[in-house]
Amino acid sequence: MHQAFQFPVPEIDFATIAPVVFVALAGIVALVTEMFGNGRDKRTTIWVSLIGLGIALVTCVYQLGLSEYTTFNKMVERDAFASGIHIVIILATALTILFSEGYMRDKRIAHGEFYPLILWSATGAMIMSSTESLLVMFVGLEILSISLYVLAGLSRAEEKSEESALKYFLLGGFASGFLLYGIAFVYGATGSLNLVYVNSALAHSHGSSTQLLLFGLGLMLIGLGFKLSLVPFHLWTPDVYQGAPTNVTAYMASVSKIAAFAALSRILIAYAAIHEMWIPALTAIGVLTMTYGNLVALRQTDVKRMLGYSSIANAGYLLVAVIARGAHPAETSTTTIVFYLLGYSLTTIGAFAVLTLATRNGSEGTKFSDLRGLYQRSPAAAIILTLLAASLMGFPGTAGFLGKLFIVKDGLQSGLTLLVVCLAVNSVISVYYYLGLVKAVFAAGDEASELRLSPLKGGVAVACAACAIGVLFVGIFAGPVLSVIGGAH
Amino acid sequence: MNGVPLAVYLGLGLFMFTAGVVGVMIRRNPIVIFMCIELMLNAVNLTFLTFARYQAVKMPIPGDQQASMMAGQMMVIFVMAVAAAEVAVGLGIIMAIFRLRDNIDIDELNLLRG
Repeated sequence: MHQAFQFPVPEIDFATIAPVVFVALAGIVALVTEMFGNGRDKRTTIWVSLIGLGIALVTCVYQLGLSEYTTFNKMVERDAFASGIHIVIILATALTILFSEGYMRDKRIAHGEFYPLILWSATGAMIMSSTESLLVMFVGLEILSISLYVLAGLSRAEEKSEESALKYFLLGGFASGFLLYGIAFVYGATGSLNLVYVNSALAHSHGSSTQLLLFGLGLMLIGLGFKLSLVPFHLWTPDVYQGAPTNVTAYMASVSKIAAFAALSRILIAYAAIHEMWIPALTAIGVLTMTYGNLVALRQTDVKRMLGYSSIANAGYLLVAVIARGAHPAETSTTTIVFYLLGYSLTTIGAFAVLTLATRNGSEGTKFSDLRGLYQRSPAAAIILTLLAASLMGFPGTAGFLGKLFIVKDGLQSGLTLLVVCLAVNSVISVYYYLGLVKAVFAAGDEASELRLSPLKGGVAVACAACAIGVLFVGIFAGPVLSVIGGAH
Repeated sequence: MNGVPLAVYLGLGLFMFTAGVVGVMIRRNPIVIFMCIELMLNAVNLTFLTFARYQAVKMPIPGDQQASMMAGQMMVIFVMAVAAAEVAVGLGIIMAIFRLRDNIDIDELNLLRG
């Protein structure tokens, strides 16, 4: 008599993926709410989205205190880095949703599908950032990206928006091709899709498998480089950022970069054993990214494009921390990356939120000159933008300053002097264009500015205030914030 | 030993991938560009399947062999599923552009400059 066949069951801990599940469920409920709602009033949908994100945030904070483990047959990784990144993603998504409603109504694109799509996109970002499995990483990336392609083209009657969606879509697909081809070579060398085995393959390998792994790393770097808009893979960024609706741009500039940086960091840590081979290439990319982003940002007349180039430069800064962590994972802490991403997300989303005030009665202004008179119209918005610009410049007392400081510390510890010097020089250059933004806001307005600028109220006000308070809070109470995102020690 | 060596399959994959990359760079019609991206993904699939078959030679323990081969073959299914999802969204975007301007040549998509 045969013994009944039994499938081997891997160890599965469903509680681990609770944050991801809550965000995905919130998306489904938001979709259903939108289906049965009256179409005009989006408040129920927004509350559903925010409550779902809130529950997910609570579970993430709870998980921060747990010790490290992997589950789902090594497909889900639970560590302080994953939970920290999840928290930043959830906060960024919630802030984006908060300021979207008023903007989309003013721009006459109040489509309900925005809410489920942005929540599912966040789901993908969370999946991508908490795994060592390249398969899961790829699926997460695609969930994130495919939702974003649709969101970029949300303003269907506007050619600019559709053009940006098409560019983003084609370049995104192109980048995925490179990433996948890289994964194929890692699989060929290790016989597994899990990054855990890269380390051991590098340790006892003969020449050919190391070459395969290096080739794979190069291709994966190109793929992720497109997503992170590192120079020379950045060409799509300013166009897409300018054309997409401003709330989607804010989301792209924060969440999709957070997730891709988390993935890049995990990949580089797996390759730590041969860091002297990849550091020169990444150093060159880092220097180019910072310098190019800042120099081109100097001569922009469009605020969205300027912030796009500024986000390229910021990706260059963060790359320093990611290189340092990838080269010496044992000596550096995860908190630098999470801390910088937290500060960067708050400032970027806040800046875009203030920019949406220049949208009224179906027309949107995104030039520096469109922000003239903001100080007279709503002094609070102007002051908040000044504060956020100060954080982007790296003014002491703000999140941006400490974020850069931690990066410099990590960089020097790992001997990345060239990158650190470049970062310092670039921070000084960036002061010029951020000051340009502040100057535009405080310039005297005319009669037309009353008609051009929306008042600061409702969700936008909450989002702006939250970003400003967050930037100051993170900047001043850095100690407690660091110990929370550092997890259990 | 007779049979087709590993390098031939990998070479074909590399050729297809390169053809796709070159196509993306030089073609002007978004639908053709998208077909080139699909060609890149198919090259990836071929490479995955080649390496999956190769695991049988490389892995000493039969159990590991099975799991290892399965991983590569499974990945191919995921790639195809994701490619299908991308087609759905991509053609939707191209349709939306066509409705707005009756022309989808990407050289004429130049509103965004700075």
